Parts: sequence; C-alpha cells; structure tokens
Amino acid sequence: MVSKVVTVVNAEGMHMRPAGMIAKAAKEHPDSEVVMKANGKEIKAKAVMQIMAAGIKKGTEVELVVSGGDEQAVLDEFVKMFEDGFGE
Amino acid sequence: MTTLTGKGVYGAIALGRISVFKRKDASVKRTHIDNIEAEKARLEAAKAKAAEQLQNIYSKALKEIGEANAQIFEIHMMMIEDEDYNDSISSIIETQSVNAEYAVAVTADNFEKMFASMDDAYMQARSADVKDISNRIISCLSEDNGVDEMSDEKVIICADDLAPSETVQLDKDKVLAFVTAFGSSNSHTAILARNMNIPAIIGVGEELLESVSNGEFAAVNGYTGEIFINPDEETKSCLEKKRAEDEEKKRLLQELKGKENITIDGTKVKIYANIGSVDNIGAALASDAGGIGLFRSEFLYLESNDYPSEEQQFAAYKRVLESMAGKKVIIRTLDIGADKQVDYFNLAKEENPALGYRAIRICLTRPEIFKTQLRALYRASTYGNLGIMFPMITSVSELEKILEICEEVVNQLKAEGVEISDKVELGIMIETPAAAIISDKLAPMVDFFSVGTNDLTQYTLACDRQNAAIEQFVDTHHEAILRLIEMSAKNAHDNGAWIGICGELATDTTLTETFLRMGIDELSVSPTFVLKVREAVRRCDLSEK
Repeated sequence: MVSKVVTVVNAEGMHMRPAGMIAKAAKEHPDSEVVMKANGKEIKAKAVMQIMAAGIKKGTEVELVVSGGDEQAVLDEFVKMFEDGFGE
Repeated sequence: MTTLTGKGVYGAIALGRISVFKRKDASVKRTHIDNIEAEKARLEAAKAKAAEQLQNIYSKALKEIGEANAQIFEIHMMMIEDEDYNDSISSIIETQSVNAEYAVAVTADNFEKMFASMDDAYMQARSADVKDISNRIISCLSEDNGVDEMSDEKVIICADDLAPSETVQLDKDKVLAFVTAFGSSNSHTAILARNMNIPAIIGVGEELLESVSNGEFAAVNGYTGEIFINPDEETKSCLEKKRAEDEEKKRLLQELKGKENITIDGTKVKIYANIGSVDNIGAALASDAGGIGLFRSEFLYLESNDYPSEEQQFAAYKRVLESMAGKKVIIRTLDIGADKQVDYFNLAKEENPALGYRAIRICLTRPEIFKTQLRALYRASTYGNLGIMFPMITSVSELEKILEICEEVVNQLKAEGVEISDKVELGIMIETPAAAIISDKLAPMVDFFSVGTNDLTQYTLACDRQNAAIEQFVDTHHEAILRLIEMSAKNAHDNGAWIGICGELATDTTLTETFLRMGIDELSVSPTFVLKVREAVRRCDLSEK
C-alpha cells in the first residue's frame, strides 16, 4: 500500500469533471484499489457520485491511498492529476 | 399582455410563438416481481441502451456545444455505471422483489436528495443530472424515448426545467429562446443558451407554465430576464428595435473580428477595452479588443465592506493579467470620492466632491492604502503585460511623490525576494486642464498618458457631469477640450511617451479621424464599442487634405 497527501488546487474544487476524470482513471486500473480520504470521509476513486457528493473544495487536503497492482505508478498518476488541477 | 420575470442568463432578444415543452409522465408504479434475476437482466439491458443513447448524445453535443460542455454526457455514462448507484438499485430489486423502474426511481430520489442538500449551488444543480440519467434508464425500461416532436416553426421553448440531455436533443434550428420556471445559472439550459447565442431566462417561477400555452406570441428579453406574453405594440416594437441593434452588432463582429485597426492610408491605432470588474474580461476578450486600456480598480473597494487586502487585490489583478494572456492591461489605481463613495473610507461630505478629496489625493494623504494596492499590482506584474495608471493628476510634485512611493514599494518587494516584471509601464490620466497644460513637464516622467475625457470636459467647461439642468452647455466637441488633447498628444510624443483616450469621447466615431490626425496611439472604449470604432478607423483616410 502506498499513499500521498495532495491539495486540491483547481478553483472549482472536485466538481463533476474532476470527479469524472478520477473515476475514469480508477477504472483503467482494475487491479489497484484507489481510495481518497478527505473531510473525514473515505471515498472510492471509481465511485463518481461519491466523489461529487463529498463536496471537496479548493485547498482541501486529500490523502490518496493505492493498494494492489502497480501501486506506485498508479499513485503517481493520480497525484499528477491533482497537481495539474485536472487540466483547469 | 402578461409580463413575467426571471433571471436572464444570456442577453439577447427573441420574438415568436411559444412551444410548451412537455415530457411524458415519468411516474413509476411499484409492482411485485417473482423472477429477480430476469428483472436484473432487464435492468442491464435498459442500462446498455441508455449508455448507447448517451454515446449518441455525446457525439451530437461535441459538435454543438464543444468538448468542455459535452463532457457531462461522458460523466452521465459513468454515473450509470456507478457502483453505489447500481448496488442500491440491485438491492432494492432483491430485497423488496420489486420492478426495476421502481428501484431506479427510489435510488434516484435518494441520490438527488444527497446532492440537493449540499451547500454548494453547483453541486445542488447536479441533482438534476441524477434525475436525468434515472429517467433515461426508466424510459429505456419502458421503451419510451420520452421526447416530443417539435413543430416546424422556430419557437420559444417554455418548460419547468430542461435536463441536459433534453436540451441537447432539441433541434437547435428551431429554438428562438429558452424560458424555464426553475433551474440555475449553472444549469445546462444556461450553458447551451450561451453557446447558441440565444436568449434564455431561468427561474421565472411556477406561474410560467400557468401563463403560457402553445402557439401564443411572446417576446423574450434575455438582458432583463423578462418575458412578455401577448406583448402590446409598444413593447413589441421596442424589442424589435433592440433585436435589430443586436443584429447590427453581430454583423460588425462577423465583418470586423480579427481585422486590423488600420486606416485606408495605413495608419495603425490600438483599440483597447475599458472594464470595471474581473467579470467583464470575457466581454473584453469577445469584443476582440487588443488589450485593456482602463481597468477600474474601484470595484474591489466598492464591493467590499472593508479595505480589500493585498491578497484579494493580487488575486484579481493576476486573474485579469493571466486572462489577457500577454496583452496590455492598464490598471488605474483607486479612484474613490466624487460620485463613487465607500462607507469605510469615512469621507466627509463635501460641497464640491468633484473638486474635492478624491482619487490620487486620497492615495497621497493615506499612503498605506496606496502602498497596499501598489504591492498587489507589482506582485501581479509577472503574470502579464501590466501598465499602472494614476488618476486626477494636477502637478509635477504629485507625480514625483507617486513615483517615489512606487520606487519604495518596488525596492521593498525586491528586498523580500518577490519577482517583479521590469516591463511595467507607468502612466497618468490627463483629466484635469492643469495636467494637459503642463503635459510637457509630465510626459518625460511617465511611459504614457490616457485622456479621461469625461472629467476633462467637466473641469474645462466648468460643467458638473451630474447636473442634468446644464446638459445643453456640455459641448463634448468644444474646441478647448480638443486643443488640450492635441497639446497633450504632442507633448507625449515629443518626450517618447504614448497617448491614449479612455473616456467616453473615444467611442464618438465622428471624432475618430480628428483623434487619429492628432496622433492618438490608443483608443480605449467599452467592449461593445470596440468593433464600431474599428469600423470607423478603417474608413478614415488621413492622406486626404
């Protein structure tokens, strides 16, 4: 299991589009389980509605936890998405 | 005539007949089923069909509203696949032995409530998306595609609210306007209307559907958010006129967008936009302005209940600079006082506020306010092409004091290790006769002048701008004003500075040629005038006479 804490940088927070990007990426790695811990909640990365419903705003710290599969590579991929502000 | 008001989300005018958008009754009956597996298979088939429909809508949306807005349908596809959503549906079918339609409807209700209870307007609007995908699955279960055929005529669509997929499925060539009883500015109806450049009014309220019926004539004013059902002749002709003006604007846009600001004989001039808040950047960009010639920083002070902090200001300046992507952005420092009052400045009531304690006079006597603004400006300078402009200058000593303060701020920031652009231009407003008359002394001290014709007119002609009784005495073409501008232009050029006009007179196309002959380098006008002035410039021929 590997993990890293990232901060949400895009102005709109984890709204629909970022949630969609995360869920899509999570589904591309079926061997790895990706969980996000934020606002005291544990959210499965492939559950697009859960991510949206968590209402994660700009500036929130999110702990990304990846277990199974090519853990480090998957984690890096997710960290990059957050750092890039989901391309926004 | 019945007039209803909602929120206009796209400013445009439409006149035409109403078509009330009806969707088939999506109410769902709860029925007991015996074969749970068969029911789940039926659900899977319906989901597959729904996904296929969404794929088609996505392709259509890609073409119509662009990738960024079409992405929502890709997300809808993912929502249909969402584990929690599906677990909920399956478990309702299994535990209650009920039909799939009912299980979907109950699940949809629960998820909708979850989104609706969030404290974020954007997320609240997402409950409409859950409803939309759920209705789609339900209609696939009942093999009903749910959307009515539309008439042949172009119509004003009135609806309670429109789901994203419903708006995309509408035949766009037949829509004049959208008017909905509910919905938010984040709704897809709003997004779509903006993309299609057609008027849209949302949140009119329940009376909308009680007041309209198919085939009735109506006029929609997207600027004000008004819909007039069976409008009287006066309203009709007034809106017809406004629509014709819009058409004219569109024509200008099509003919002149992307064209150079160049006269027949080849003289070039810059045409920039005046903006009053960060929200106007979009309009400035859309107007095809070459830069921002006047960004009034007052809004930061007017919209606030206390002095805006350095950080607040920095964020706003940075955003404008970044949005303009390297194009010139001239930000005018605080111009409070006179007709713009802010409570927390605690300014005393004055007999003659226009001649009173205002603008740079406040900044020079309360330097802490001025320094905060300058720090924010210089810090933002690395994000674009910044010019800083000082208002209400009357003397050399004022300008000396200002430049000293600027230098002090720059040195302080450098000492703190803050990076500052070395290309920041400093300029002053020429809006007092004094400044114009001593412009030969002022020009060597700055990079540019910008003539504020409104104040220059008021001070030169001794005519209060706010006093309607003396309107007939305000001759904006008065020779004295034009001479002052010409004098300033000559003195600017003799001293290596450039000169622009950012007052209302810049929009007066009967003067465009006069200004160009004076050698004015830049005209800054409100975004709606950029192309009109461009058109005037392109008609000028300075080689004549």
